[in-house]
Amino acid sequence: MRTPIASFVILSGILFSLGTIGVLVRKNALLIFMSVELQLNAVNLALVAFSRLHNGLDGQVLAFFSMVVAAAEVVVGLAIIVAVYRRRGTVDVDQARGLAG
Amino acid sequence: MPLDNVVFWVFAPISVASAIGMLLMRNAVHAALFLIVNFFCLAVFYLILDAPFLFAVQIIVYAGAIMVLFLFVIMLLGVDRGDDLRERLVGQRPLAIVLGIGFVAEIVVATRAGIGLATKAPAGFDQVNQPGNAQALAAVLFRDYFFPFEVTSILLIVAAVAAMVLGQRKARAVTQAELEAMEGVNA
Repeated sequence: MRTPIASFVILSGILFSLGTIGVLVRKNALLIFMSVELQLNAVNLALVAFSRLHNGLDGQVLAFFSMVVAAAEVVVGLAIIVAVYRRRGTVDVDQARGLAG
Repeated sequence: MPLDNVVFWVFAPISVASAIGMLLMRNAVHAALFLIVNFFCLAVFYLILDAPFLFAVQIIVYAGAIMVLFLFVIMLLGVDRGDDLRERLVGQRPLAIVLGIGFVAEIVVATRAGIGLATKAPAGFDQVNQPGNAQALAAVLFRDYFFPFEVTSILLIVAAVAAMVLGQRKARAVTQAELEAMEGVNA
């Protein structure tokens, strides 16, 4: 394999920062959640790249665990979004201001 | 130019473009479709990083299961309403973009200091992947990481129960007046 490992790591950083911008900018809770998924995937890419760099499988195992945890997180998060939608009729995070002074 | 380099430079711009497309789409379904493109690109990167098992898992779990769940919820909540893109905090959007660019610059500097920008992957990963990637991964998973693996199964059960509890509609107690009204209709 002739691609430098650094290019994977930098690509993962770019994708992570795009996900961060999505979390900060978007108002729809579903789109914020998708941006979080993008961040999780970016970190997985870095894990697999470092696993290749260090000639071990631990990074791949960790990426596998993070996928399982992400699946559980998506299930609970989407259930919460649906519950919020039933209660308030919107998924706009700016409308969820019940605790604002 | 070696093949994996070509594949990387074909799919890296696609993955970045699809991530940017996801950020810019007003419609949640379009954003989800861009995210699926991005997940497929990441699966290809796993393939050229010699992780074919994660390639399959990425497509099955992320592009398959998780995105179907997302699309299901988007359909459930209604797709006709676009996102409200008005800025409520002044300067939030430019600040977020500046922060993002700063983060990328930081990653580049840290990568350069840590592993060097031109370091190639060492040879000999074929020996690590003996007899095959899935078998080698299973050996590590069930020998060194057995306890975390079992904990994950508990996590999945808890998540399934939590989703059911959160998703159910609260059954409201029927009042005496409603009961009499119903009996009046039936009689």
